Amino acid sequence: MKKRVYLTYPKEQVKEPLLYHVAQLFKVVTNIRQASVSDKIGLVALELEGEPEAIENAIKYFIEKGVKVEPIELDIIE
Amino acid sequence: MSYMKALKCRECGKEYAKEALHVCELCFGPLEVIYEYDKIKEVLTREIIEKRAPNMWRYRELLPLDNEPSVGAQVGFTPLVRAHNLGKALGLKELYIKNDAVNFPTLSFKDRVVSVAISRARELGFKIVACASTGNLANSVAANAAACGMESYVFIPYDLEKTKIMGTIVYGATVVGIKGTYDEVNRLCSEIAGKYGWAFVNINIRPYYAEGSKTFGYEIAEQLGWKLPKNIIVPMAGGSLITKISKSFKEFIKLGFVEDTGTKVFGAQATGCSPIINAVKEGSELIRPVKPNTIAKSLAIGNPADGYYSAKVMRESGGWGESVTDEEIISAMKLLAETEGIFAETAGGVTLGVTKKLIEQGRINKDESVVVCVTGNGLKTQEALNGHLSEPTIINSRLSEFEDLVKANGKEYVVKA
Repeated sequence: MKKRVYLTYPKEQVKEPLLYHVAQLFKVVTNIRQASVSDKIGLVALELEGEPEAIENAIKYFIEKGVKVEPIELDIIE
Repeated sequence: MSYMKALKCRECGKEYAKEALHVCELCFGPLEVIYEYDKIKEVLTREIIEKRAPNMWRYRELLPLDNEPSVGAQVGFTPLVRAHNLGKALGLKELYIKNDAVNFPTLSFKDRVVSVAISRARELGFKIVACASTGNLANSVAANAAACGMESYVFIPYDLEKTKIMGTIVYGATVVGIKGTYDEVNRLCSEIAGKYGWAFVNINIRPYYAEGSKTFGYEIAEQLGWKLPKNIIVPMAGGSLITKISKSFKEFIKLGFVEDTGTKVFGAQATGCSPIINAVKEGSELIRPVKPNTIAKSLAIGNPADGYYSAKVMRESGGWGESVTDEEIISAMKLLAETEGIFAETAGGVTLGVTKKLIEQGRINKDESVVVCVTGNGLKTQEALNGHLSEPTIINSRLSEFEDLVKANGKEYVVKA
């Protein structure tokens, strides 16, 4: 399956190669579609491809590292 | 006859068929409806519009439907009130309130977007309509779905106060409370939208849904006598409305219905949730998400989908953005009610409070026309005023006590013989 998410890296994680780690730790293909990185914040539009459980674990990993994971639609609750 | 041409990515420009799509497969950019303006110009005139019934469908050539709307026939054409009293209080020569507090059927501008979304969803063959909402959107989806006999689902955080959902459940919608953080609720809704073949009005139907907001702008232009205002102040949650009002003005200019008189577009948010305003003030293109903390719940979107585009609209029009505190919101709600007899929801307090600030800052010229956008009804957010209004005076049922009260208030009235 494929899942599209926006990642928001906090300042402390901007320099960390989290996408590399995620691909190494879990069986997921990471595909960056858009990105904007400064020394204060990092924004990445990402497509994750793999088994549902692997994708779920990858998302959990991002969250544990302090990265905000949101659907590509951003805030849906109006 | 439909003049809707295609869906187009706002980022990379790739075009897509008029289906239930909302993000570009290539770059994940949002999709927007595009029209055949040359053909619209041949068939639509101001005179034709004026002869039509007073509802938002009088601009139907500019809305994203292939056929006639199948729900919400009476939505729109709400009053544009010339606000003399409030204008005097603010020192403005020409002030108007566009009043969607009385929009039909659920008393907010959301009926505009939802009636377009559901009509389009039915054209695309959907049987179930859904949304994730804690307020106005939920009310509107539930009511409009009921009106056309569709099944509806509304997703909310599980701990939302019961009073907030009465105006949704009453229409027979299935309301699902989801346990988890705000982010988790958000992610699950996106997953459900992706997995089930339902019309999620603000997800997979969003390009069509958002177009309904343009009618708010068309009406202002027509009600001003086919003129654009010099200044307009718009409340911002996800930021869609402000971009669509701007689009509506540009379309009317393109069709030759109004002159381009350079409208400055201003955005309003609550200080407790102002990610777009922060970006405007910092001159940044990046919208940094915030955790909302404000009484203006209908504007409490911490990571607005159209934040970037809203900031662009303000910047390019020569407008600006401001925010107001909860105290300022309440004070503005009272001012609007006391001067114009309009009871707006908290978002209306945000918009008027910000207008006041922009005048004080000299960003709005007091001699120019100003339109303040009211998008929802105060009866829906009454709890925000708890403890902020005077209490009624209680007396015994004796005439003398009433007369003492009049005297105590320093009043004197003529008594009939």
